[in-house]
Amino acid sequence: MQWDIVIGLEIHVQLATKTKIFSGSSTAFGAEPNTQASAVDLAMPGTLPVPNEQAFRYAVMFGLAVNAEIGRRSVFDRKNYFYPDLPKGYQTTQLDHPIVGPGFVDVDLADGSSKRVRIHHAHLEEDAGKSLHEDFHGMTGIDLNRAGTPLIEIVTEPDMNSAEEAVAFAKKLHSLVSSIGICDGDMSQGSLRFDVNISLKRKGSDELGTRTETKNLNSFRFMEQAIAHEVERQMDILEDGGRIIQETRLYNGERDESRSMRSKEEANDYRYFPCPDLLPVVIDDAFIESARDLLPELPDERKARFKKRYGLNDYDARLLSDDARMATFFEETASHGKDAKLAANWVLGEFSARLNADDKTVVQAPITGKQLGQLVARIADNTVSSSGAKKVFEALWNGDGGNADAIIEAQGLKQVSDTGALEQMVDEVLAGMPDQVAQYQQETDPKKQKKMLGGFMGPLMKASKGQGNPKLFNEILLKKLNH
Amino acid sequence: MTISREDIEKVAVLARIRLDEEQIPALENDLGNILSLVDQLSAADTDSVEPLAHPLDAVQRLRTDDVTETNQREAFQAIAPATEDGLYLVPRVIE
Repeated sequence: MQWDIVIGLEIHVQLATKTKIFSGSSTAFGAEPNTQASAVDLAMPGTLPVPNEQAFRYAVMFGLAVNAEIGRRSVFDRKNYFYPDLPKGYQTTQLDHPIVGPGFVDVDLADGSSKRVRIHHAHLEEDAGKSLHEDFHGMTGIDLNRAGTPLIEIVTEPDMNSAEEAVAFAKKLHSLVSSIGICDGDMSQGSLRFDVNISLKRKGSDELGTRTETKNLNSFRFMEQAIAHEVERQMDILEDGGRIIQETRLYNGERDESRSMRSKEEANDYRYFPCPDLLPVVIDDAFIESARDLLPELPDERKARFKKRYGLNDYDARLLSDDARMATFFEETASHGKDAKLAANWVLGEFSARLNADDKTVVQAPITGKQLGQLVARIADNTVSSSGAKKVFEALWNGDGGNADAIIEAQGLKQVSDTGALEQMVDEVLAGMPDQVAQYQQETDPKKQKKMLGGFMGPLMKASKGQGNPKLFNEILLKKLNH
Repeated sequence: MTISREDIEKVAVLARIRLDEEQIPALENDLGNILSLVDQLSAADTDSVEPLAHPLDAVQRLRTDDVTETNQREAFQAIAPATEDGLYLVPRVIE
């Protein structure tokens, strides 16, 4: 039987505020346990929450970036459950009146098509603390530094139909929240956490199947694996005539296995009710406009600009515009490089490959966009051949001698473009290869001729010690041989 | 509306309240009375009334994003039943 996969995501995004959502405690990562947990965060009797304006501003910025309606009157509710890393016994969240209403994100897929994923809503809420289950004499250790860190939980419609689409959307969202500066984007520290809702339905059917939720995926790779794993699990059950139980599952990426966490059919009854400690928050036009003013260029806008201004194709423009730091690096390279397309090729080719090989981010790269741009300019004006340029790049990367020109000079990589000198070399080489010349001239198939031309290039490059301009060599060869 | 014994047991579990068997009949009666009161309220015509999120007709004030809290861990942990390495210790939680 054939099945359609239906995927919806819930994404928890930690907002990059300095303080918590309801208290003036610092949210800085990595502090000693419980040194950033105040009386409010600990739910001491008599304390009251005071909401952080910046959390609202960031949430509104997100809403504007995903073309969403902004909730003008935003209400907090209590979601009640008991867990020791939640001292109040409830999470303060938003149920019926979230800060961000329906919106959408357009995602580019590998085959060049575009997919629209609708956002159902996004609401503000607080993060919980951390439970450490290592052995404390048979007890559990609780660190409440994270308790009260502001989150937006983004809920999508079930619009994705494959792991590829879900991961592409997740990456786009990561790029979006990082580039508008509302989240530090550090997934290894849990700044973005993904819950994946998956169900299967008979191919073409309108009736949705029962879904499961796989929680707390904090890398794109695990997300992709977890989806593949869960789709297979559900398919096996359904093919055997079984039925899917609505439940929350935990995925173990190291072992590629999942287990049921709790069955939603029985336990969860959160008894939501409006939080009496907090009044409705009213967002007016002035607040929305001031948030809009803070929005930098969005990845989609940047992509459009790169295509128009630099003449890049869709694929290159997307790769260069997704990450704001990569985009800045490219623009610096292009501004010094004379040829924007060539600059794009070098940033996406040699430069990106080297970043991957050294496991570095753009910011950690040992060369600047200006340095790479100066090299690109020398390739563009034929001072250096592309093979020579790779040597220059290597030297720049290793920090051997400041700029491209100095390295070209020092290593003698300057390409010979003096036609007189090149012509002389061609004459000499051809004189030494009379048989091949005769063969070439007797050949009538232009394809074979072209191939034979390559046979002369080797000796020519050797004669010029690798410094002859290959393009000019080619032109001169054609002229001489066709005479 | 009436409340069943099962409802009471479920609410007790959710609220983490241990009930003795003999307390249940009295609670059934008390909670049943409260629900009757709610039923009376439900009879009121509220078609033209907007739902109220808060009894005060006021708007929440927001705070600027400045760190105002200092580290008071020592004071808070002095009244905690068990701590170690700066952590609060609680009976082991197994998911």
